[in-house]
Amino acid sequence: MAFTEAEVLAGLAEIVNEETGLAVEAVEANKSFTDDLDIDSISMMTIVVNAEKKFGVKIPDDDVKDLVTVQDAVDYINKAQEA
Amino acid sequence: MTSKVVVTGIGAVTPLGATVDATWEAILAGTSGVHTMDNDWSEKYGLAVDFAAQVDPQVVEDNLKRVQAKRLDPSSQFALISAREAMADAGLEETDPERTAVSWATGIGGVWTLLDAWDTLQEEGPRRVMPLTVPMLMPNGPAAAIGMEFKARAGVQTLVSACASSTESLGHAYDVLASGRADVIIAGGSEAAIHPITLAAFNSMQALSRRTDSPETASRPYDVDRDGFVMGEGAGALILETEDHAKARGAKIYAEVASWGISNDAYHITGGEPEGKHALAAMQQALDAGDLSASEIKHVNAHATSTPVGDIPESLAISELLGDNVGETLVSATKSMTGHLLGGTGAVEAILTVKALQTRTAPPTINIDEVDPKVVGINIVRDTPAELPSGDIAAITNSFGFGGHNAVVAFRSV
Repeated sequence: MAFTEAEVLAGLAEIVNEETGLAVEAVEANKSFTDDLDIDSISMMTIVVNAEKKFGVKIPDDDVKDLVTVQDAVDYINKAQEA
Repeated sequence: MTSKVVVTGIGAVTPLGATVDATWEAILAGTSGVHTMDNDWSEKYGLAVDFAAQVDPQVVEDNLKRVQAKRLDPSSQFALISAREAMADAGLEETDPERTAVSWATGIGGVWTLLDAWDTLQEEGPRRVMPLTVPMLMPNGPAAAIGMEFKARAGVQTLVSACASSTESLGHAYDVLASGRADVIIAGGSEAAIHPITLAAFNSMQALSRRTDSPETASRPYDVDRDGFVMGEGAGALILETEDHAKARGAKIYAEVASWGISNDAYHITGGEPEGKHALAAMQQALDAGDLSASEIKHVNAHATSTPVGDIPESLAISELLGDNVGETLVSATKSMTGHLLGGTGAVEAILTVKALQTRTAPPTINIDEVDPKVVGINIVRDTPAELPSGDIAAITNSFGFGGHNAVVAFRSV
């Protein structure tokens, strides 16, 4: 069963909170992982690994650099779910 | 050497408490930190030993933010908590980074992190192995965590010599200050290796007590019926400073580090040389280098782990070292209460030695029903604390580790 876009965003926010301690509400769709949320590359990889697990998708390392904003990640996961 | 080296701050996370004060209070009351473990793996693996001296998990929850704790192996969590206490105790909110160093120790490293990652690899595949696995499992992880927190840029080192590790790290810290390479050094060690693997392995070598029906009395150094050591965990941190630096800022001084000694048995990978000859050499070296005579040593915090073979050579060496004065020197085996913190044990016992000098109180050794007749000469403090003499006195703390390592630190009262 696929997750809705809102569910993916909420789930990502929880993963980011778990990894960084940032408030769930701070993880908004238009925020940049590096510039706005101050997430370093190791934390980003941890978030990706946890997102793969949570949403049952694969996010190859080469694609991670394209996930600039939270919305990019939501879109990627949505698309990957359909595949 | 330009300046003496002094102890200005202490911090500890032990099976007896979250701080030095809590630990010391429990020690003076003769409390055992050893209990049957509450976990889901002792029974699962059918472990012969289902007890240990564990740190209360609440200590980590109370002292570290969840996000920070998640990025640190338990050995680093304990390290950081103890170092924070020691720095606060020393009144060192800010130090000159270029003159601040770390000399830390662990015997085993991040064994929980490593084996959890192995489980993840087996069960979920390589993609699920977390990116921080290596920095968390590396033995220098605890030292690095402390170094970053306190901006220590004059060198952050880790010494590894099994159960002698954190006595060697204190000795190394002394050398760093004595050679003028830093003014302040955060020294000590930590261990968090109570894991089914280590329990199974130590048990296979018949090193552990199997007193499962009475864990509180399982650690019984010098007792005729001792049957092995008890695994412990935790950390001890000491702030060492040059006396000039400490006095210039008006710091309180617990004790002077007189000097230290180091040797190796080069004899057997796990068994100590049976007469304690090389342990004696390390003790003698600590006295000689610190310009101390045997008659000044009024207290010994012994390594005494409660193994049938281990406690004897050390007692022979202490008797030989002290000669005619042996009866005047109070010997305490605090592992009877804390269990054996492996790489953290030397630092915690150094703290107890410093507290003994400061308060003139030698800790008790609990659980001795009858002293082994092979332990001859030494004056063991039993059951309740004993008073140390006033005036200028000195004390030593011993640690010995698999690999033949012998390390001894000597402290002078102030």
